[in-house]
Amino acid sequence: MSDFRMPSLGADMEAGTLIRWLKQPGDEVKRGDIVAEVDTDKGAIEIEVFEDGVIEELVVQPGEKVPVGRTLARIRTAGIVPAPAPPREAPQVTGSAAAGVPAGAPAPPAPSRAGAPPPTRVAASPAARRRATELGVDLRRITGTGPDGAITLADVEGAAAVAAAPAPAPDRQQAMRRAIAAAMAKSKREIPHAYVTTTIDMFRATAWLRAENQRRSVEDRLLPAAMLLKAVAGAVSDVPEVNGYWVEDRLQASPRVHIGTAIVLRGGGLISPALHDVDQRDLGAVMRGLSDLVARARSGALRGSELTDGTITVTNLGDQGVDGVLGIIYPPQVALVGFGRIVERPWIEEGRIEARPVLHASLSFDHRAVDGHRAGLFLAAVERRLQAPEAL
Amino acid sequence: MSEPAVVDPQHGRHLLAEMLRIRRFEERCAELYSAGHIRGFLHLYIGEEAVAVGAMQALTPDDAIVATYREHGHALARGIPATALMAEMFGKQEGCSRGRGGSMHVFDAATRFYGGNAIVGGGLPVAVGLALADRMSNRPRVTACFFGDGAVAEGEFHESLNLAALWRLPVLFLCENNLYAMGTRIERALAETDIVMKARSYRIPADVVDGMDVLAVEDAARRAVAAVRRGDGPMFLELQTYRFRAHSMFDAELYRDKAEVEQWKQRDPIAIFAARLTREAGLTAGEYQEIDAHALREVQEAVAFAEAGTWEPVDELTTDVYTPRMEEVRHA
Amino acid sequence: MPDVAASPIVRMTYRDASRAGIREALLRDPRVFLMGEDVGRYGGAYAVSKGLLAEFGPERIRDTPLSESAFVGAGIGAALGGMRPIVEVMTVNFSLLALDQIVNNAATIRHMSGGQFSVPLVIRMVTGAGRQLAAQHAHSLEGWYAHIPGLRIVAPATLEDVRGMLWTALEDPDPVLIFEHQGLYNMEGDLAANAGPVDIDRAAVRRRGDDVTVVTYGGSLFKSLQAAEMAMAEGISAEVIDLRTLRPLDMETVVASVRRTHRVVVADEGWRSGSLSAEITTRLVEQAFYDLDAPVARVCTEEVPIPYPKHLEDAAVPQPATIRAAIQRVVAAGAR
Repeated sequence: MSDFRMPSLGADMEAGTLIRWLKQPGDEVKRGDIVAEVDTDKGAIEIEVFEDGVIEELVVQPGEKVPVGRTLARIRTAGIVPAPAPPREAPQVTGSAAAGVPAGAPAPPAPSRAGAPPPTRVAASPAARRRATELGVDLRRITGTGPDGAITLADVEGAAAVAAAPAPAPDRQQAMRRAIAAAMAKSKREIPHAYVTTTIDMFRATAWLRAENQRRSVEDRLLPAAMLLKAVAGAVSDVPEVNGYWVEDRLQASPRVHIGTAIVLRGGGLISPALHDVDQRDLGAVMRGLSDLVARARSGALRGSELTDGTITVTNLGDQGVDGVLGIIYPPQVALVGFGRIVERPWIEEGRIEARPVLHASLSFDHRAVDGHRAGLFLAAVERRLQAPEAL
Repeated sequence: MSEPAVVDPQHGRHLLAEMLRIRRFEERCAELYSAGHIRGFLHLYIGEEAVAVGAMQALTPDDAIVATYREHGHALARGIPATALMAEMFGKQEGCSRGRGGSMHVFDAATRFYGGNAIVGGGLPVAVGLALADRMSNRPRVTACFFGDGAVAEGEFHESLNLAALWRLPVLFLCENNLYAMGTRIERALAETDIVMKARSYRIPADVVDGMDVLAVEDAARRAVAAVRRGDGPMFLELQTYRFRAHSMFDAELYRDKAEVEQWKQRDPIAIFAARLTREAGLTAGEYQEIDAHALREVQEAVAFAEAGTWEPVDELTTDVYTPRMEEVRHA
Repeated sequence: MPDVAASPIVRMTYRDASRAGIREALLRDPRVFLMGEDVGRYGGAYAVSKGLLAEFGPERIRDTPLSESAFVGAGIGAALGGMRPIVEVMTVNFSLLALDQIVNNAATIRHMSGGQFSVPLVIRMVTGAGRQLAAQHAHSLEGWYAHIPGLRIVAPATLEDVRGMLWTALEDPDPVLIFEHQGLYNMEGDLAANAGPVDIDRAAVRRRGDDVTVVTYGGSLFKSLQAAEMAMAEGISAEVIDLRTLRPLDMETVVASVRRTHRVVVADEGWRSGSLSAEITTRLVEQAFYDLDAPVARVCTEEVPIPYPKHLEDAAVPQPATIRAAIQRVVAAGAR
């Protein structure tokens, strides 16, 4: 038996409100299954289970706000299943009752719904879907009242009416602002920040990207942001101490590279979900992952683990037109990479002045964990990788 | 059957010319089919020309024709221009059915030619109805309905003969007995092969005619049409004939002996009639060649017309499924 | 259009109204005649043409032999020859003996002749179950005919329509098949004495409602209206659309209704598989997908030949209770 607890989805999260259960007692769950939705200051988040087993009991009911770490449900884990699973084979049928059924014929599928795969798509009527899009309502946050629990037009319109009520929206904005404030204050208060910066020649990188995008179909085109993430992930292998956590007064470097990506939300606020294993993915996969992450962050459909798994953060304010950024580290991480815009500047190459696309890059690092020398090596490694874009 | 004692020289040359037009037209069709210009099913009338040519002599422009899918001969003999007919075979919009019907569905309002019906027996009820309309409108018209021996086995044959006789409708039933329903010889299809007995059992006067003799066909048709027009009710002629070519272009003719075909070819209606004209009406070899050359020229012009024809635009695909209504026409 | 308001209202049956339509057509146009099995002396298998022989004589009220192919084909020929025949086929099951003429000739001749010949033929036939006539006299095959380009298919369900559609059909230059449901012949109602022609293009909203649209026609119309009344007691407001014309379908009217109600029940006495109800449902998916708030429900005849015993026949075909159940199903409690 194990407890499924209210997860800590961020350093700044103290409590969450259970929105709804997606599993019921008796349901089988597998590691990675989404079992509940929890409302936090940063929005509704689907939370996942990390063990295989069967839901034994739901301890907390929808609507309850509970602190991080409180048990939400009990799970009978696979290792200690009380009774052996029944054999899959049909019992041997003998005698005339088996007429017409050849021996060894497969048993009919069990009628139980328990074995059905977890729902991967919200059941909603076409009219409800269209209306939800029109009203900007997230179907995942609505409980359906139609046939088989499907979300109907009336459900969407009801949810939109609640959302449109004036009070809650500013509340949510304020709450998120408070959460960001707490995290940033904690970071600046506790972490001795230091910074290194450099300017990177992007001539090769942008030329290669143009050529590469010519080759790709429109939907597979790459943005510079994906290259930068890959370059950061590659540089981490040269300077691993920038990738990890400062906990209990020591550095825990992470063997995996999950890059937290700062995403500005429409209507204000900031969220930094992690793109997992960036070092293991090719550039196309990083691009797809990034697009998906941005879309889900903006629709409020992030997984809990995505908010807590980041091992290093990248903030890219190039779109906002700034030359560079010196960011604040997201605790308990120890480093944050800041990129400005790619912009043409005079550049001296072998004694000649040329216009070149350049990029201002910075590393904010926790001086408790990382030395300035290593920080400089890290930025140099980023630059080196951007000079060989084809190898990214 | 008694042969007319004298062949009118002028009319005789006309009949010969009509049969040669059909023969040359269809020979060219076979060639064009083999070259891929005509597609679908192509059923040739070669050998049976005397039937259509003889029968058409008895009809006036006001009368109606209902024919089968082996109807090029009827169409030409009825007066549908060879150009429009060939364009139809090509599927061009200058065809008599705008190219929609092809070889099997020749329609022409100007000559009251109501198809071109490719369902065996399917034309008979329509012919009965055309006659019913004439009868109810007190119009002294005749509807000539051509069909083959194959149709005799269909229910629609019996229903239609019965109804026409019951209501004494002005229909001339013309059964072209070429002995084969596609590949099934008449003895293998009909328990009673004496077809006129069936017509007589419905109290329809019926005669057997040598379908290879154009004058005999014309003579019998004139007498039958006169009776029908007089209001005596339907008449029935069984025209015994033979197709020299296969049922359609794709037919190995496994079902009949080459010897049988050769034997019938000895009775080629064109050769026999040409010989008779030579014998009795002074037709010279030069005259025959001139008539033949004229037919070939007409066919050549028809082919040129069809080749120059145009394809109906695809955006007209669904036109004429329904008749445009008056308000739609006005607003168009 | 006649001035209905100034005309006296007459109580009559659907049968009377059908007869009145035929009689008016015969009076109005000398090209019109009625032809079919036992339409004359017998007075019509369903007594629709009773009395017409005495008034119009045997030339225009023509008894035919039992030769469906010949007399339907003769109707085609007569139409080609300038007449305006009304051919009566005793039941839709018998029309299968004339399928060659209807499908291979009536429906094709205009197109096949490149537009030279139209076939202004009207075929009336009886359709539907409900009088224990079993499996060769009670089927609803109008959906089959609605499959065929070149035909126009209408199904009058009201007195006004059965009387007024005939003249409009006779004026149509193309073949029109009129399906009269045998269960409606004894239905009584009020009709203006001079009720006249009605259109055969548009569906009609027979009952206004907001929560669900019931799409139906013919014999199922009044069952659907009853079901709508029953649903009203449960607070469900059902709109009922009478298709009237089955080919071409007036989807404009249906879609306009669905845009308001978002839920659909199709009630069709045809079988479900490969059916008119399937066609309507598919077109709603094509044309109104994002307006649907619940799966479309169909109430059709069970997939059996119509059985003879009353209780089985009743169980086989749509009934007010089964239509009401479908209405309730699509208007799930929480969804309102």
